[in-house]
Amino acid sequence: MNDGRMRAPRTILLRPGADLTGFRDAARRLAAEGVPPEAVTWSLESAPSLFGSEAAPQADRPLSLPRAVAALIPQVVPHRDPERYGLLYALIWRALHGERHLMEVASDPLVHRLNLMAKAIGRDLHKMHAFLRFRRTTDDGDERYVAWFEPDHHILEAAAPFFVRRFAGMRWTILTPEGRAVWDGDALTYGPPGSRGDVPEGDGFEAGWQTYYETTFNPARVNPKAMRAEMPKKYWRNMPETASIPALLRGAAERTAQMIEREPTVPARREPARAVAAMADQDPKNLDELNAIIRRTEPLVPGATQAVLGEGPPGASVAFVGEQPGDQEDLKGRPFVGPAGQLLSRAMEEAGIDRGGSYLTNAVKHFKFTLRGKRRIHEKPTAGEVSHYRWWLDRELEFVAPKLVVALGATAVLALTGKAIPITRARGPFRFDRHETRFQGFITVHPSYLLRLPDEAKEEAYAAFVADLKRIATLGAELSA
Amino acid sequence: MDEVLAKKLRILADAAKYDASCASSGAPKRAAGKDGIGSTTGAGICHAYTPDGRCVSLLKILLTNWCLFDCAYCVNRRSSNVRRAKFTVEEVVSLTLNFYKRNYIEGLFLSSGIIRSPDHTMELMTRVAKSLRRDHGFAGYIHLKSIPEASPWLIEEAGLYADRLSINVELPTEASLGRLAPEKDGAAIQGAMAQIGERIIQAKAEKRRFAPAGHSTQVIVGADDTTDAALIAKSETLYGSVGLKRVYYSAFSPIPDGSQILPLKAPPLAREHRLYQADWLLRYYAFTAEEVASASEGGMLALDIDPKLAWALKYRERFPVDVNTADREMLLRVPGLGARAVDRIVKARKHTTLRLDDVARLTSSLKRARPFLIAADHRPVGLTDRADLRAKLVEPAQQLSLF
Repeated sequence: MNDGRMRAPRTILLRPGADLTGFRDAARRLAAEGVPPEAVTWSLESAPSLFGSEAAPQADRPLSLPRAVAALIPQVVPHRDPERYGLLYALIWRALHGERHLMEVASDPLVHRLNLMAKAIGRDLHKMHAFLRFRRTTDDGDERYVAWFEPDHHILEAAAPFFVRRFAGMRWTILTPEGRAVWDGDALTYGPPGSRGDVPEGDGFEAGWQTYYETTFNPARVNPKAMRAEMPKKYWRNMPETASIPALLRGAAERTAQMIEREPTVPARREPARAVAAMADQDPKNLDELNAIIRRTEPLVPGATQAVLGEGPPGASVAFVGEQPGDQEDLKGRPFVGPAGQLLSRAMEEAGIDRGGSYLTNAVKHFKFTLRGKRRIHEKPTAGEVSHYRWWLDRELEFVAPKLVVALGATAVLALTGKAIPITRARGPFRFDRHETRFQGFITVHPSYLLRLPDEAKEEAYAAFVADLKRIATLGAELSA
Repeated sequence: MDEVLAKKLRILADAAKYDASCASSGAPKRAAGKDGIGSTTGAGICHAYTPDGRCVSLLKILLTNWCLFDCAYCVNRRSSNVRRAKFTVEEVVSLTLNFYKRNYIEGLFLSSGIIRSPDHTMELMTRVAKSLRRDHGFAGYIHLKSIPEASPWLIEEAGLYADRLSINVELPTEASLGRLAPEKDGAAIQGAMAQIGERIIQAKAEKRRFAPAGHSTQVIVGADDTTDAALIAKSETLYGSVGLKRVYYSAFSPIPDGSQILPLKAPPLAREHRLYQADWLLRYYAFTAEEVASASEGGMLALDIDPKLAWALKYRERFPVDVNTADREMLLRVPGLGARAVDRIVKARKHTTLRLDDVARLTSSLKRARPFLIAADHRPVGLTDRADLRAKLVEPAQQLSLF
C-alpha cells in the first residue's frame, strides 16, 4: 500500500440515493491506492467528474474489513446525510490502519456518529414497515394492493424485502417520492417515483380500521405525548386512522369524568343460574363422549389420517395399552390390526385370552411417521407427546374400569407411571398408582419388539411373551372373581 | 365492511381493550409461503399508537362479550349492562386477514367471554386460529387468551396454532379473588399456567411447535390493596415457577357501567409505570424482588423516582462505581445506565480509558448516572452523601393524565 502522502485530491461521483455498489467500488479503489479520507471529495451531483469519466473501473480486490465495519456500511449508506460516504470511508481507513477493533469503541466520536446514523435508518425502516398502509384496488381487473409512503431516507430497496416476505401471496405496489417497488407474486422490481394521487381512493376496510382504532383507545389513560414520540405527526397524513385523533383527545376527559361520576347502575336481572351451573359441568360423562372429543381433536404432530380409539367392551377385566397406532391402524382406524397386532392376537389366543373380551388401546392416539419414499416409517412418540395424550388415557381407563391394566412396552409404561422405567427390570406385575383410580398392572414387552428381533432370538422371546400373557389371564381372572 | 360487522367490531374491541398486552414479539422468524400471507419479525411491530400512548400491534378483540362469570372488575361480567355481541369464527378470520393485508396489524389477539362452557368457548377460539393457519396459510402472529377452566387438551391444541398463550391472574391474592371474582379458582389458574409452561419447555426440547412466543399474564393494579412489593414478589414467583415470558400490570381503569363494589377512580398510571420498571429490574438487571422491595416505602414504590434510583439512593455506600473497572453486575445497578449502555462500556473499556464525554456518548441519561460514577476525569466528591441528591434527581412531575 502507498504511504498516502501528498496525494492529489480525488472526487468520487456516486448515484443519488443509496449507492452501495458505487461506494464499495470506490472504497476498494481508493484504499488500494492508499488515498486518505481527507483527500477525497464525495460528490452526489450528476455532473461528470474525473473519476466518473474514467473508463468502467476494473474490479478491485475486496477489502478485508472487520465484520462489524462491513455490517455497518449498508446500514448507513441509505442515510440522506451527504457526509455519509466520507464518514464511512474514514471508518474503513482507520480500521485498515491499525484500528481493527474500532467498532468496539462505541464512545469514539466517529463510531458514535455512524451508529446514530445506522439507528436512524433502522428507525426509518421500522416506521415504514409499521405505518405504510395498503389500499386494495381491482381497477385493472386483478386485485392489487397499493401504498404511498414518504421515508426520511433512501430506504425503499432496503425496506421492500420485508413486504415480500410478508405479503408473498398478494400483488402490491409501494410508491415513494424516489421510486416504486412492485411485486407481482413472483418477482420484485423497482421503477419510477409515484405520487400520493396514484393510490386509488376508498377501501372498504378503512372505515372499519378507523372504528377499531377509536374503540381500542382508553380515554381514562390519555397520553398524547407518548403517542407522538412513537408516531410523529409527519406520518399521520398517510395513515387513515389518525383522522380520529383530535376528536378522541377532545372527548377523552369528558368521557372519563362521566364514567367516574355515573352512579353504578343496578345490575341487569341476568342471573342465569342453570347456565352457570351447566358451565362447570363440561367433562365427558362416558367413553363415547370422550371418544368424540378425541376424534375431533387435531393430532399433536400433523400427518395422521385419523385418531385411533380404544376398542373393546367397557368393563372388560383386562385393558392392554400399546404405544401408538401404526400405518395400518392409521388407515383402518382400529388399534392393533397391523403386523404387531396380528402377532398379539396369535399370542393372546395361545395364552387363552379372548381378544374380543379385552380392551385394547394406545398411549398415543395418532400415528406419527417420517416419509421415506412412499413408505410411512413409524416414529416413536416423544415424552412430551406421551404426556399430552395422557389426559385422555387416564379418563379412558377410568371409564373402562378394567381390573388389570397391561402396559405393552416402554411408552405405555411412561404413560401409565409418568416415569421412564426399563422393561427388563420391571417386567411382571406392577402397580399403576399415578391415577386417581389406582390400577393393578402388568408390564411386558410390545409385540413389535418381537418382530424386530433377529430370527434366532425370536422364538424364545415369543415364548416368554406368551408366558406373560398366561400370567395376565390368570391375574385378570383372579381380580375379576 | 358491512354495517353489522362494524357494529360488532365496536362492541367487541371496546370489551377487549382492558387487556394491556399487545405484544407481537418472541415468535420465531417466519415468512409467508407461496400464495400465503404473514410473517413474524421476532421483535414485533407497533402499527399505530392511540392517544393513550399505547401501541396497536394486534387486532385485539373478543369473540364474544357475553359471559357467564361475574367478576367485579370486568366490564363484561354477566351482571353488567353493556351491549353484547358475538362474532362468528368466519367473521374473525375475515377481519384479521383483511386488516392484515392492508398492513394495519401484526396479527390477532383473541380473547372471549365464557359462553355455554369453558370448553365450548376455547374450542371456538382455537377454530379461529386453526382456520387462519390451515385454510388461509396465515403466518402472522396469533395470541390466544386461554381459558383456565377449559380442559387441558383444548389448551394444548391451542398451543399448536398460537404463538403466544396467556392466562390472566388478574388479582394477585386469593383473598381478592374470593371477594371480586368468587367463581374463579386461583388453583385452577395456577394449574393451567403450570401446564402451559411445562408444555412449552417440552415442545422446545423436542423441537415441536407449541406457543413458541411463550406465555404471559396480566395483574390488575389498584383494584385491591395489594402492595407493590407483594406484586413484584408474585411476578418473581411466576417467572421462576411457570416460566412466564411477561407479566403485564394493568392499572385498574374506570369502566362503563362499573360494579358497585369497586370504587371508580382515575387509574394509577404512575404506579403502573413504576411497576413495569421494577419488573425490568427483575428480568434484565439481576435484581431480586426483595431488593426492589427494600427500597420501597411500606411496600409501595416511590412515584417521583424510578425503583433503580430509589435503590441506589438507599444504598449509597455502594457508590460511586468506576466505569473503567467495575464489574458488569455493579454497572447495571447505576441509575441512568441501561443494559445496552453497560454492554458498550464493557466492550469499549478494553481498548480505551473512558472519560465522562465518552460515557455521555454511550448512554442517553448521563445526568442521572453522573453522581454515581467515577470516570478517568470525573469523581463525584461527596455527592452521594448529599442530602438533597434525591430532590435533584426527581423527574419533573409529568402529566400522565388529564386529571
